[in-house]
Amino acid sequence: MDWQGQKLAETLMQAMLAAFAVAAFATGYVLGSFRTMLLAYAGGVVLTALITVPDWPFYNRHPLKWLDPAEAERHPRPQPQPEGASKKKPSKTHKKVGLVNSFGYIDREEAP
Amino acid sequence: MHSFVYRLNTLVTFSVLLLGVLCAGASILDSFNSHSVRAHVEVLKVNRFRRQLNGNDEVALTLNISVDLQSAFTWNTKQVFVFVAVEYETPKNALNQISLWDHIIPDKEHAKFETQVTNKYLLIDQASFLRIPFCIKNLIIWNMKEHGSNLRGKKIELVLHWHVMPKTGRMIQDKIGVSSFQIPEAYT
Repeated sequence: MDWQGQKLAETLMQAMLAAFAVAAFATGYVLGSFRTMLLAYAGGVVLTALITVPDWPFYNRHPLKWLDPAEAERHPRPQPQPEGASKKKPSKTHKKVGLVNSFGYIDREEAP
Repeated sequence: MHSFVYRLNTLVTFSVLLLGVLCAGASILDSFNSHSVRAHVEVLKVNRFRRQLNGNDEVALTLNISVDLQSAFTWNTKQVFVFVAVEYETPKNALNQISLWDHIIPDKEHAKFETQVTNKYLLIDQASFLRIPFCIKNLIIWNMKEHGSNLRGKKIELVLHWHVMPKTGRMIQDKIGVSSFQIPEAYT
């Protein structure tokens, strides 16, 4: 479902539910039957669900236009530098030495 | 609205919200319904009027009840609970209410009827006594002296109450005084 299809689905859902609610209330009141109102409204909800919940084709009339691949190749995305390719630093081996003093346990780095 | 479940969730939420609005609307319309109830209740006969061993007065009556509660029914009415109560005054309490008979009316077709019944619930007036202590040989005796409350010759009002129970919304209560009756002076 594209962007405009989503907007259409939401608007349609709200409008249909409101319309069915008003119609069901009027029907129930005129016929003097609460049950009729509930059934009419339930029918309206099911119909609205069938129309607005599945991804029908008419929600996909405005597909997104992506850039042409050739155009995309002309403006390549900046590649993130691979790890360890530019940073030619000798990998330090960190050795942790524990020191216990009266305040607790303290980590301390020590060069090899 | 980007996925099936998301759209379904939105739809269910909004439809339940609107359902609440519908029910509230029905309830509001209900409160504009002005019902005119016609009812007549009269005492045909006093079957029994006696003093119980504990001093309470007990009355059994036969009532003729004719009620037309059809106008209390609207499209939002589940049932109507109706009961006949007696109301009277005693020196101790300004208002005493005792239910004699009740009935549940399930629908409009049964809302108009006439019936003769004995009271389902006995009319029992609780005696009130002054407890006066006096001593005989180190024993405290409580002399129960009647405090002037009994039903002999009492004028009682018969009142028809009804509670309209809606399918949704607030319960409506109302009552109408139907007749008055004087209880005989003598026990039977």
